[in-house]
Amino acid sequence: MTWDQVVEMLTSPLMQRALLAAVLVGAAAPVVGTFLVQRRMALMGDGIGHVALTGVALGWLVGSWANLVPQDALAVPGAVVAAVVGSIVIELVRERGRTSGDLALALMFYGGIAGGVLLIKVAGGSNANLISYLFGSISTVSTTDLWWTAGLAAVVLGVGLGLRTALFAVSHDEEFARASGLPVRMLSMLVATIAALTVTIAMRVVGLLLVSALMIVPVAIAQLYARSFGRTMAAASVTGVAVSVVGLVLTYYQDIPPGATIVVLAVLVYGVAAALRPVLRRPQPVRDPHPDMVDDVLLADDDVDEVCVETPDPAAPGR
Amino acid sequence: MPHATVEAPVVRADGVGVALGGQHILTGVDLSVASGEVLALLGANGSGKSTLVRALLGVVPTSTGTVQLFGAPLGPSAPWSRIGYVPQRLPAAAGVPSTALEVVTSGLLHGRTLRLPHGARRRALDALAEVDLADRVHQRVQDMSGGQQQRVLIARALVRRPDLLVLDEPTSGIDIPTQATFVDTVARLRESGTTIVVILHELGPFAPLIDRAVVLRHGRVVHDGAPPRPRGDHADSFHDHTHAHPDPEPPPTGPTLSVEVGP
Ligand SMILES: Nc1ncnc2c1ncn2[C@@H]1O[C@H](COP(=O)(O)OP(=O)(O)OP(=O)(O)O)[C@@H](O)[C@H]1O
Ligand SMILES: [Mg+2]
Repeated sequence: MTWDQVVEMLTSPLMQRALLAAVLVGAAAPVVGTFLVQRRMALMGDGIGHVALTGVALGWLVGSWANLVPQDALAVPGAVVAAVVGSIVIELVRERGRTSGDLALALMFYGGIAGGVLLIKVAGGSNANLISYLFGSISTVSTTDLWWTAGLAAVVLGVGLGLRTALFAVSHDEEFARASGLPVRMLSMLVATIAALTVTIAMRVVGLLLVSALMIVPVAIAQLYARSFGRTMAAASVTGVAVSVVGLVLTYYQDIPPGATIVVLAVLVYGVAAALRPVLRRPQPVRDPHPDMVDDVLLADDDVDEVCVETPDPAAPGR
Repeated sequence: MPHATVEAPVVRADGVGVALGGQHILTGVDLSVASGEVLALLGANGSGKSTLVRALLGVVPTSTGTVQLFGAPLGPSAPWSRIGYVPQRLPAAAGVPSTALEVVTSGLLHGRTLRLPHGARRRALDALAEVDLADRVHQRVQDMSGGQQQRVLIARALVRRPDLLVLDEPTSGIDIPTQATFVDTVARLRESGTTIVVILHELGPFAPLIDRAVVLRHGRVVHDGAPPRPRGDHADSFHDHTHAHPDPEPPPTGPTLSVEVGP
């Protein structure tokens, strides 16, 4: 790739918008993903993505009834509403911890995606439209899309970073958080809501079927190396930006789908990072894993003097 | 208790009942803990001790009765900054690593305080030093031994300098020297007037510190008063290791009861 090509790419308004969207989504999605992985809800984003498709379709339907131009002007707002409602339902089911809830979620997810496909067709959408929502269409990001993305990414990052410790507390040990009087329910709903917002902004970049990957895979990569929650989140965010930008640049030169390229790239990075982990990981600080402690038990061949309270005579020879 | 007449009890439970999974776990529990008191909560496995403290702290909902902490009903208005809780165990490891420092720092949040106060890091480091973990602050809690994790949990409760400390079996699975440091910590807190509710299976080294004992059986209070004598006499052998007190508390007055000791 020559310098001219880089300049050409960076001066194309289309590419500028796409790059901005990729950076915003790449940074925000893993922040939410870190909380989801910690809450053992790594697949929540996937579920929200399924439900969001119905929201997209409903927005489209309303748009076509109201003769809006473009027809899909309400797709993103529709996705936001459906995703937020869906995420809150998922959170409520999780809170109850009921096994029947598992089936309820499955019904919701499949109903969401099938209903979405059906409604988009009813609203007059084409297969190409459908594919662009399912697998992303970052190369067609409009200025309006970019504003939505920037605004929602700001909300997600503001909440996710600003309330990081509180969200960590709730996700790490819900029982202790309750015993501390923290508004556990409100904070859990907040995690669910920012996850929903992330799904709707990531929809443009990687598509509804792959949003979860952009939230979770960078976290999986980061935690191979990071030793703390904070660093996992930071490293995941950086990784998210890197794979999104690199993936996008690749699609500028090759005719390959951007969403899938970004996700495949992330999975490849994971594979390489996991393979190199034994070599690259900083060695543990040298420390005796068995700290010197007075033992619980006396062994037959222990020097009894060491444990007894007897004060040895310092002047005694041979000591 | 002379305190009880002047100030509201630190913990007050009236007729508390808890039903979980359609079963009555606790029925009609009345409990009042005065300021500065050290209360031991005893009972066999499954008798409802953990459930009782969870209900007192609002972790599980009560089906009947009321709970007051420092005179305020459970809820957003309770003085959460004055309460520290040490659960029985750390939750099963989640996917994301978290260091001892991060876990203890999260203990600085309570009630509607959702952001860390100034000097949070310093306070968390101090709390970890208090439990002898100063050299492991950046270690993942998931990689720690059970006893070290227990110390992290204690530091997380102490970091907000609570006036009421609730400990759920702080010494189970803990070696004797570490138990001794926990006993010292409790003794120091008791000295400074902290109210303590501690769940135990046997009084063991805590015996000299306990003012009162409540025994649960099948979710009901069956004893409330002087610490009962343990079943068997093995508990006595722990004393000499850690404390100068030659004997446990004077023998119980009131109903003679023995504590069922876990295996
Ligand atoms: N969430 C729950 N759902 C249903 N039953 C529960 C729940 N939590 C506790 N129980 C039941 O309540 C009873 C009391 O449990 P609890 O944990 O309070 O006992 P414990 O006295 O603390 O016992 P241990 O000494 O083993 O810690 C047990 O029979 C337990 O099975
Ligand atoms: Mg228990």
